[in-house]
Amino acid sequence: MIRFQVVICEGNTCQCLGSSNIKEEFTKKIKEYGLERNVSLFSNVCFGFCDRGPVVIVYPDCVVYSSLTIDDVDEICQKHLMKGKVVTHLTLSDITPEEEQKIIEYQEANFHIKQERRVLKNTGIINPNNIKEYIARNGYFGLYKALMEMTPEEVIDELIKSGLRGRGGGGFPTGLKWKFAYNNKNDIKYIICNADEGDPGAFMDRAILEGDPHSVIEAMIIGGYAIGASQGYIYVRAEYPLAVERINNAIKQAYEYELLGENIFGSGFTFNLEVRLGAGAFVCGEETALIASIEGERGMPRNKPPYPAEAGLWNKPTVINNVETLSNIPRIIRKGAEWFASIGTEKSKGTKVFALGGKINNTGLVEIPMGTKLREVIFNIGGGIPNNKKFKAVQTGGPSGGCLTEKHLDVPIDYDTLVNLGSMMGSGGMIVMDEDNCMVDVARFYLEFTVDESCGKCTPCREGTKRMLEILEKITRGEGTLKDVDTLTSLAHSIKDSALCGLGQSAPNPVLSTLEHFKDEYIAHVVDKKCPAGVCRALIKYYINDDCIGCGKCARNCPVEAITGKVKEKHEINTDVCIKCGACALSCPTHAIITA
Amino acid sequence: MEVFYLITLEDLEKIRAENNFKENLRKKKNHFRIIVGMATCGLTAGAREVYDALIHEVNLSGLKNVEIEEVGCIGECALEPIVEIYNSKGTRTTYCKVKPEDAEKIINRHVMKGFVVEDLLLVKHKKAGASE
Repeated sequence: MIRFQVVICEGNTCQCLGSSNIKEEFTKKIKEYGLERNVSLFSNVCFGFCDRGPVVIVYPDCVVYSSLTIDDVDEICQKHLMKGKVVTHLTLSDITPEEEQKIIEYQEANFHIKQERRVLKNTGIINPNNIKEYIARNGYFGLYKALMEMTPEEVIDELIKSGLRGRGGGGFPTGLKWKFAYNNKNDIKYIICNADEGDPGAFMDRAILEGDPHSVIEAMIIGGYAIGASQGYIYVRAEYPLAVERINNAIKQAYEYELLGENIFGSGFTFNLEVRLGAGAFVCGEETALIASIEGERGMPRNKPPYPAEAGLWNKPTVINNVETLSNIPRIIRKGAEWFASIGTEKSKGTKVFALGGKINNTGLVEIPMGTKLREVIFNIGGGIPNNKKFKAVQTGGPSGGCLTEKHLDVPIDYDTLVNLGSMMGSGGMIVMDEDNCMVDVARFYLEFTVDESCGKCTPCREGTKRMLEILEKITRGEGTLKDVDTLTSLAHSIKDSALCGLGQSAPNPVLSTLEHFKDEYIAHVVDKKCPAGVCRALIKYYINDDCIGCGKCARNCPVEAITGKVKEKHEINTDVCIKCGACALSCPTHAIITA
Repeated sequence: MEVFYLITLEDLEKIRAENNFKENLRKKKNHFRIIVGMATCGLTAGAREVYDALIHEVNLSGLKNVEIEEVGCIGECALEPIVEIYNSKGTRTTYCKVKPEDAEKIINRHVMKGFVVEDLLLVKHKKAGASE
């Protein structure tokens, strides 16, 4: 039985390179090993690998052996033809120059976009379960520099000089935070990593923990050294099982390599790190609530001051940093503050990772220098809006943020510009909305979220947001009045002024921001009783226009039999019966069913 | 008595030198590093199956010049599962929306024969978009 076919190229080039000798050798060897019954030998003309001749292809595996010498023939016979094993070092597996050129062109076309990968430098490149790969990319060298060559004061100074600000939302200078904790003398201090990422649509912290967990660990050891803490906690939400698994594994490896534990690098500095799981309450991302949660209390914020830097976890000075903030630190120490501050705007240095979501082509994570224009992010890096729809707004900062509209597209993004526009950086979620999104409904969605997540400790947040939600629901039902809009505004302002924590104070932001930029949509809901985007179900009606061909598909698909009409004649919808499910519009072949 | 072993700068440098995958690929010649994005986004899109299929294909062909690693998210979450291949020259090819069935194509065509599997290239799927 023939098991293999060996085809030898006898094109001009291969012949010049000695393919006839190869063929002779094959014939000889096949006889020698008694393979005549199993192997058939052919010649063929030019396979097109002329630069790598002599070339031999072995079927049925279709393995291409290239640049063969006479000595290689024996190996192919012994391994491939007798044992069925491919002789890998002879295969044509290196990409040809033409193919390589293709890839390079493609990659350039792809990466001309203005991303600057600093925090995400390792994610998606290294194996997060292998500490060696992190070290191979200069990991833990920053830690060595900090512990062995710098004093805690120098570490803090370097951080202050770099201008790094908290990436969790508030944008407080990280160096100053460390300095306060450093100045508060106490035998026991703590450093906590806040990985309780709760904003709808933000997932950069998860990506960092899953893709580059050691960068967070390294930064926390540096932080512990700088402020004088010997115990750290990573507070991560239990909804991120993979992140928890990888960070636990990374901590285990760091202990094995003596990068955690006693006397790191022989410097005398001791640091221990543990993971604490959060049960997924949004409010636990607020630092005082987070501390309460780690202490085993109910996750509720308390009044500030005293700030955690004075009296935090178990009343000891505590620093709490966000995952992305920490991930920046090892490289700041290793490469210096100037390197970090070389990009960004005057008051916001470095890069920011954004999670693009919603109505955008390239959903995912992008890392851009501070000060990049919104237009660049959405239309260039993000690839624009799908289905040629019109851009309407982008929501940043999650439930604490607000909307930016078309007229803000050319604003450079940093902490301060976003706050000036009534939104905020937040943790970096960016939800893009197109003309099909109703802004009243968007505001209602976010408020529903904050009502759910309010811890209930202070009245403005517990009662106020609930009342606001009721008004918004009334408006989306078409029962709102102009007075309701005024009440909504004044309620929003009083909650902003009187709520206890950041969550409550910022909860009205989505409403205020949509009211400012899209007042006409509120008016349309209240006065005209219409939803311009066709989202609020109570305000829309389905009609059949003259494009109807009378096929009857809509009538058959209607679950409540609200559509009547004769075959080949225009059908009609009985709006009293219609439940506005939209099944008819989806089934119509001529798009004759419209909403108004 | 317990003996404490302390990691030193030399140890770190040694690990760094030994584990630079680009350098290792270059030295070994004709070697490949295949990485599969296996963060939450990748896994939900089916990266685990793709990873298993790639390992299966490599074992089937008896290739010894390929290492397969799981990595985190490279940011193109909408185009997962993503498979990237580095060759000895340091060229990086990014494939996206890879299905387990595609593993055979990737190993047989790209790794064994040196052709790019064009229909899986990331750039073919990603909207490049220009800023007006």
